[in-house]
Amino acid sequence: MIYFDNSATTEPNEEVLATFVEVSKRYYGNASSAHQLGLNAEQLLRKSYQHISRLLSVKPTEIIYTSGGTEGNNLAIKGIALAYQSRGKHLITTSIEHPSVLNPFKALEELGFEVTYLPVDQSGIVSVDDLKQALRDDTILVSVMHVNNELGTIQPIRAIGEVLKNRKYTFFHVDNVQGFGKVELDLKASYVDLATISGHKIHGLKGTGLLYQREGVRLFPLLHGGGQQDNRHSGTEDIAGIVSLARAMRLILEKQTNQVIQLRQLNQLLRERLNEIEDVVINTPEDQAPHIINFSIPGFKPEIILHALEERGIYVSTQSACSSKKADESSVLRAIHLPPNQRNSALRISFSYQNTPDQVDKFVQSLKAIITELKQDMR
Amino acid sequence: MLYDHIILKYGEISLKQKNRKEFIFQLHRNVKKLLKAFTNLEIKSSRDWITITLNGEDPEEIIPICQRIFGIQNISVAMKVSNDVESIKEAALFALKEAEDVKTFKISVRRANKKFPHRSPEMNQILGAHLLSNTDGFKVDVHHPDLELKVNIREDHTFITSKQYPGAGGLPVGSSGSTLLQLSGGIDSPVAGYLAMSRGLRIEAIHFHSPPYTSDGAKQKVLDLARKLAEYGHDINIHIVPFTAMQQKIHREIPFGYSMTVMRRMMLRISEIVASKRGILSIATGESLGQVASQTLESMHAINAVTSYPVIRPLITTDKNEIIEIAKKIDTYPISIRPFDDCCTVFVPRSPKTKPKKDKVEYYENQLDLTKELDELLANIEVVQVSSSAQAKDTLDELF
Repeated sequence: MIYFDNSATTEPNEEVLATFVEVSKRYYGNASSAHQLGLNAEQLLRKSYQHISRLLSVKPTEIIYTSGGTEGNNLAIKGIALAYQSRGKHLITTSIEHPSVLNPFKALEELGFEVTYLPVDQSGIVSVDDLKQALRDDTILVSVMHVNNELGTIQPIRAIGEVLKNRKYTFFHVDNVQGFGKVELDLKASYVDLATISGHKIHGLKGTGLLYQREGVRLFPLLHGGGQQDNRHSGTEDIAGIVSLARAMRLILEKQTNQVIQLRQLNQLLRERLNEIEDVVINTPEDQAPHIINFSIPGFKPEIILHALEERGIYVSTQSACSSKKADESSVLRAIHLPPNQRNSALRISFSYQNTPDQVDKFVQSLKAIITELKQDMR
Repeated sequence: MLYDHIILKYGEISLKQKNRKEFIFQLHRNVKKLLKAFTNLEIKSSRDWITITLNGEDPEEIIPICQRIFGIQNISVAMKVSNDVESIKEAALFALKEAEDVKTFKISVRRANKKFPHRSPEMNQILGAHLLSNTDGFKVDVHHPDLELKVNIREDHTFITSKQYPGAGGLPVGSSGSTLLQLSGGIDSPVAGYLAMSRGLRIEAIHFHSPPYTSDGAKQKVLDLARKLAEYGHDINIHIVPFTAMQQKIHREIPFGYSMTVMRRMMLRISEIVASKRGILSIATGESLGQVASQTLESMHAINAVTSYPVIRPLITTDKNEIIEIAKKIDTYPISIRPFDDCCTVFVPRSPKTKPKKDKVEYYENQLDLTKELDELLANIEVVQVSSSAQAKDTLDELF
């Protein structure tokens, strides 16, 4: 099997699974219970705050555990909007965000907020000047993703942070679900106020994730209840999930330090090999995130290619997994003004540190064979 | 070029005369102990400073640890070069170019080696001219420079340092002997322990535990607090005293107004017994004048009467706000505010006497025989040793 759909989800790491099982068995106490079992759980919870805060170079109190990317993005966006609406009701995001960002903004529009959706240029990158022009006195939130999930383009987070750093009441949220562990982002140096991370994109488990919330930023909670996590996220803490997340984060950051070159080599190799096929157009510009390449085969329905590859044990995706079951074409590809025949024939390859050059070779050979076959059928 | 050394300059030790060697020896041991995780380091001490040769270790990880070691005035990162003008020029230029956010600089040459051909003022000029002619945009400012380049020409080598970090000051932990710290889970006693350590005291801790009235959470707090304090010196022994039976008996049989005073006197007696067994010559507490009923002069007088040991009270005249400030600085505050009661708050009578009479306390105590409880309690003291959280890799960490 060749798994090239790592931006949809990743295979859980063995060590991460072992941690989850071990913690579930031994530390099942409720961290809020006063007895020893609860105390053990609470101690482990405290340790996980320490471990993760060290990995992110932030304070333990700046972390909120969530159930993943969707919840993190919702908590950041709705949380800021509802907490600071008396200061302003204008919000800014981009037209190529993930649905878990775009849809909270749509929902807020129904509640009377005004949202500016910044366009992107042909390579899929948002312009800092456009952002400057969109800013108003009543802008309370700017939300820009770090790495785009469909194209793999990297947004100018640091430059945007520079623009926003002196605006006390314009908060900066970064959806870092695709970037974490693959493309470096210094939260403090980029003046990021909120950042979303998801466990299952980094060989952790589904249902795990966190939101970085800079000290001093208030959020209106999505979940009210027993007051866990300093009232910011009520509900009994999922200790096993949290500790497994900490481990997954540590492991991916170690890989990022030692193996990111390997991802770039895979990327380079895939580009070279795809360029050999004349029917293929690569949509992702060069020098973007190392793990995502989007390309089109104009004239061929991507679903057919996807299934033909699947028959050969190769897993890729069309658009992003979250929207690929819908019939309409990718809004991200429309936003970068690809011609229609490229928009509706796009495929996405997303690598993890497990993939090898050999797999890239096999994939390209299979793709060539599939295209040849399909061409014969079409005659 | 590389910053390959760290120089730790002594503080108060430099003022010592005949016993200076002992202080230096103690400091040397403390430095070695706290840096033992960095196996490549070479640590050498001399009259006025300790020189650490990094051998590839990362100074950024080592400096914060050195900043917690009492007895050190300041810490600088240095380059070692040979005693010739060209090497010194080259290193100084490197140091200036490496520095961040610097527009103005000053050069301070010290020439311990009087055989070196150029005098200090001359060297200042030679180096200044070299730096100015090989860089753009820097200016000399002898009064408020962004960067002071120190060039220390010694007998057989020269050290060049550009950045200095403040040390913790005080005296090396262990150079003043030991004290037994009455450690509760509160805010004050860990701060008292920290201040005691800053004056060179080695500490052990004693904690009074009254299950089920006090929880394991309270005990865990004390262990975590001790672990924090261990970051400033050495592993800490904690004597955990099972206090329930005695506390219950006092509570039942001593009139309400006096039970607190009697309880405190028992704690002090027990502390003295433990201290004497361990060869410790003093007891330290987090008492601060007027904070609670047991901390009035009358109370302290009545309580103190049971021991002839020196009772060290570093916080006695300190305001609560200042105590909290220190607790935050040394990072014990977040542990102290975890919500678990300790034994002093559980049995507090509604109206404890703020002005207990010593003879009355003695009268009540004489009515009561606590020998059995005392013997049993002494036989069941649990001793736990903790290391600093930096060194401690407990089993929980393996899960991450």
